[in-house]
Amino acid sequence: MHSDYQVLRTFADSWGLAYMFAVFVIVVCWTLRPGGKVLSNDAAQVPFREKEDITDV
Amino acid sequence: MRHGNTVIALAVATFLSILGIAFAADRAFEAHMWVLTGVLVITMLIMMGKTQVAPAGRLAAEVKPTGYKDDVIRWGVIAIVFWGVIGFLVGVVAAAQLAWPALNIEPWFNFGRVRPLHTSAVVFAFGGNALLATSFFIVQRTCRARLWGGELATFVFWGYQLFIVLAATGYLLGITEGREYAEPEWYVDLFLTVVWVAYLAVFVGTIVKRSEPHIYVANWFFLAFIITVAMLHVVNNLSLPVSLLGAKSYSLFAGVQDALTQWWYGHNAVGFFLTAGFLGMMYYFIPKQAERPVYSYRLSIIHFWSLIFLYIWAGPHHLHYTALPDWAQTLGMVFSIMLWMPSWGGMINGLMTLSGAWDKLRTDPILRMLVVSVAFYGMSTFEGPMMSIKTVNSLSHYTDWTIGHVHSGALGWVGMISFGAVYYLVPKLWQRDRLYSLQLVNYHFWLATLGIVVYAAVMWVSGIMQGLMWREYDAEGYLVYSFVESTAAMYPYYVMRVFGGLLYLAGGVIMAWNVFKTIRGDLRSEASMDGAAEPIPAE
Repeated sequence: MHSDYQVLRTFADSWGLAYMFAVFVIVVCWTLRPGGKVLSNDAAQVPFREKEDITDV
Repeated sequence: MRHGNTVIALAVATFLSILGIAFAADRAFEAHMWVLTGVLVITMLIMMGKTQVAPAGRLAAEVKPTGYKDDVIRWGVIAIVFWGVIGFLVGVVAAAQLAWPALNIEPWFNFGRVRPLHTSAVVFAFGGNALLATSFFIVQRTCRARLWGGELATFVFWGYQLFIVLAATGYLLGITEGREYAEPEWYVDLFLTVVWVAYLAVFVGTIVKRSEPHIYVANWFFLAFIITVAMLHVVNNLSLPVSLLGAKSYSLFAGVQDALTQWWYGHNAVGFFLTAGFLGMMYYFIPKQAERPVYSYRLSIIHFWSLIFLYIWAGPHHLHYTALPDWAQTLGMVFSIMLWMPSWGGMINGLMTLSGAWDKLRTDPILRMLVVSVAFYGMSTFEGPMMSIKTVNSLSHYTDWTIGHVHSGALGWVGMISFGAVYYLVPKLWQRDRLYSLQLVNYHFWLATLGIVVYAAVMWVSGIMQGLMWREYDAEGYLVYSFVESTAAMYPYYVMRVFGGLLYLAGGVIMAWNVFKTIRGDLRSEASMDGAAEPIPAE
């Protein structure tokens, strides 16, 4: 039991932590990538593209 | 036959719950099954009545179909208002019980049972219905698609109401797991799990069949909320029932592991139920009401991922100076402090959406509610990290300061943004030109804001006083005050707290009246907030 716990927590505070941190950094870099602004500005307009009625869609 | 299958399913469920009464292992479970049977029989009678009626009820006849599945959202909005007023009322009762202990009517209505009734009514009934209704509304509009799964959404809504009724009656009957914000016993938990999985299916199904290529950021927040709450609910409620037809169960975890699981759940209920989902509302309703796109869409994405990666680790700050290992306490504190940054990023993003449109605050009380809500989000996400610091916590923990903090978040942030959403949704869903009265929204705004300010300020004073009295030593090293002296000293603050709660409740009652009149189609003739301005932005 003790060794199971130790194995899991050692993994969590080494590779697990590194993995989570790397994913976070990649996500943030991807969001801030050059050229991303155009797409973001377009996405911000989504609530203003909605239709009152979609019965004919 | 319309509703035929529903009636059959209800009949089977009624039969099973009667079996539950017959073979109950304890009196509490038996009483609870009586409640369930009563609810099911009433529902079945209503549904049987509906089977004979022609397809169109009054509601359906009045409102032109739009292709969106909005009937469940209309019911949801009514449920928000209904449970909101009930929840605020129970809160005022609980506050009055603290000030005047004679109001504790045993056994059903003593403070120990009324308090979880209040917390669950406002968090899960009021807040939960706000999340259900707005998420169904927003996902359909921003995806330009009808809700997936046909009547599954109806099951989600009514199933959730049944969960609320079972939870609430259970508390009054004394059926509780004693886990904060997760008091319902094992069988109610299992039922909620079924409802929640159906909710996830409806939401994801709608996103999958969307007509809009991009998934708008509000839907990210809602999806994170649904998935995380599913995970938190299942893990925190892992327990073993004593008997198959008995109310009592025991947690799978023991001791400090149990405490940590509970507060991992408890704090993330705040983080994902009361924050992520309501941020979804912020990122939709503020742009819509201000008629401007969100200030920075990229900031909203970073806000999202930062919250997701940080919030889940903050729970241990509820267990400072307990048997929890020191490193875990420090971890909880550090992550709580880091949360300050993304929270304020989100607040700035919400507020700056109004840049160039600040004048609208003068003429639009709905927008004012939404903005004040975001301001309270900023305030409580600063106060929270500060209180998670161990040295501050040693003063604030177990005192009314914590209660004040929770209420500035719940009344200010969650309450105000839900009110704004209700006022936005009601004219849209019932296809009215505008609300019955904007002036009444204005009254609601001021009553609610004053109520929060009174409540939070009083709790700061009483909480810090409490904390200082508890740690006051004399020269010989003896405690200066007994516990009961600190309790007696709080009486004036408890009375003032009741007053703050009454103001907030009065605002809720005004909202209920305004919503009722709007649904009826009445328009109050009144001067607009500004001679020239259009009160409600035309779509």
